[in-house]
Amino acid sequence: MSRIDADGQNRTGARRSRPSAGFALVASELSVLYRRRRTWAMLAALAAVPILIAVAVRVTARSSGGRGPAFLDQITHNGLFVGLTALIVAIPLFFPLTIGVVAGDTIAGEASHGTLRYLLIAPAGRIRLLAVKYVGAAVFSISATLAVVSSGTMIGIALFPVGPVTLLSGDTIDIGQSIVRLAVIGAFVTVSLLGLCAIGLFISTLTDVPVGAMAATIVLAVASQVLDQIPQLDWLHPWLFSHYWLDFGDLLRQPIEWTSFGENALLQFGYFAVFGALAYGRFVTKDVLS
Amino acid sequence: MTADAALAIETRGLTKRFGARPAVDSINLLVPAGSVFGFLGPNGSGKTTTIRMLLGLASATSGNMRVLGMDLPGQLSTVLPHIGALVEGPAFYPFLSGEANLRRLDSADRYAPGSTRAWRVERALERVGLTHAAGKKVHAYSLGMKQRLGIAGALLSQRELLVLDEPTNGLDPQGTREVRNLVASFADEGTTVFVSSHLLSEIEQMCTHAAVMRAGKLVAQGTLDELRGVGAAVARLHTPDATRAREILVARGLALKQATTPDAVTLTLPAGTAPEDIVASLVRGGVRVREFTMHTATLEDRFVELTGEGFDVAD
Repeated sequence: MSRIDADGQNRTGARRSRPSAGFALVASELSVLYRRRRTWAMLAALAAVPILIAVAVRVTARSSGGRGPAFLDQITHNGLFVGLTALIVAIPLFFPLTIGVVAGDTIAGEASHGTLRYLLIAPAGRIRLLAVKYVGAAVFSISATLAVVSSGTMIGIALFPVGPVTLLSGDTIDIGQSIVRLAVIGAFVTVSLLGLCAIGLFISTLTDVPVGAMAATIVLAVASQVLDQIPQLDWLHPWLFSHYWLDFGDLLRQPIEWTSFGENALLQFGYFAVFGALAYGRFVTKDVLS
Repeated sequence: MTADAALAIETRGLTKRFGARPAVDSINLLVPAGSVFGFLGPNGSGKTTTIRMLLGLASATSGNMRVLGMDLPGQLSTVLPHIGALVEGPAFYPFLSGEANLRRLDSADRYAPGSTRAWRVERALERVGLTHAAGKKVHAYSLGMKQRLGIAGALLSQRELLVLDEPTNGLDPQGTREVRNLVASFADEGTTVFVSSHLLSEIEQMCTHAAVMRAGKLVAQGTLDELRGVGAAVARLHTPDATRAREILVARGLALKQATTPDAVTLTLPAGTAPEDIVASLVRGGVRVREFTMHTATLEDRFVELTGEGFDVAD
């Protein structure tokens, strides 16, 4: 009676015959992520970066004399540069901080709540759970970039004149095209963060303490950028996941030069493959004792 | 019953080591299908580790497991949807409501149809009496409510086997009785229930079968009557002539137990031995009998005998 046949049927028959594709778990993961106050606090902090920059520039209304982040001087002439400047400010620290929190929390957070064991016996499946968690971190990366770009564009339009943008190649594009360029740069930044997401996911499988995994992920992001600054290590630079983080100048030419986008995507895919495999190797055989 | 066809859980030489120390030491657990099976043992005796291995959360160091007729861990993904479990206390996202937590859990099961999810969640909450708190965030739940929500999580789908690890932890007497009634109703539906507990009284009231763990080893298993040792009784004799009494009793082939006081003799009476005959032969032999009491063994006597006095953590 309490036996299951080869197809996984039990005595109640048909109910169990066809497993669903499992998108319900992805939807559930995203809803849990975006129902946390912490997630919204981080997105709000990211959205505040361009607002701070724009207000500071507007209030002082004097030239920074070439100091400060790139494009800062352009803001007073054209509000569309607020989003771009804010991205440059957020990339070294704010993005790694927030992505580190989300990616470091993926598995370790579930373990510390004790919910990991219940997801596994549900059964979510270990590989599927890893995939779903990675998707969650990747979607957060998209919303993080979107928060900075959209809040920057809106505050820029509100506080400064807006007009055609002169590109690095000297060509001028209209406002509509400029917003498309901003979106492309946003995509570049999002792709840049996907390697870090995989690193965070792997670290998260190593511990039941989410804060530890978050801190380790953030430290790695900072360390990678520091190493990228040391000229003696230039052989290492192309392999650092942060190497292309600020390399979106090519996207501000006419026509768009996609080489750096492609190289960046390939590098990030490499990190995804390596750390995804490490996370798989670690998590599939891990004893869940939390 | 025929051997393996009627077993919901069967382990052979199941062992789990953490470093050199075996947490579970070569146990052969046999849980008949349809039983309410009590898994007894002091804290730290290896009950939860065994449950973790049966649910695929931890890997076995050695040995074989079959659950619902499927080999583990190979067929884990096929067998898990048929098992509802509460392992080492309930665990939920404190920032989500009870209902949202159950929906999250249910969406993790690919075999659970999304079309009936809301209805099944509602029914599970109703069954454990949490309908009124469905929309409340779990961090506002009492320990007892979390425990009941944990049980509701195990009931989201039709299950063949329920594994409940210490299901009455943190519940008041009323809640404990409710859990007992729930377990009885699962058994009526034909579900095998595997309940672990360190509380003997709980097992005695709920279960048809039991197994006793001690320091990682399975020291006894069977029906409750088998465990009690049907028919055997313990007799206690008070006399100033204890030495003479022992000689007579040993001569009759009776098993004596360690004496606790110099004027007491404790012996085991096998089924069918008439106590009056024993008293008569003692008196004939010149033993002055002050008191002779009969005591039928309770499960508690047996449990203490098997696991030692007290519920100390086993070393």
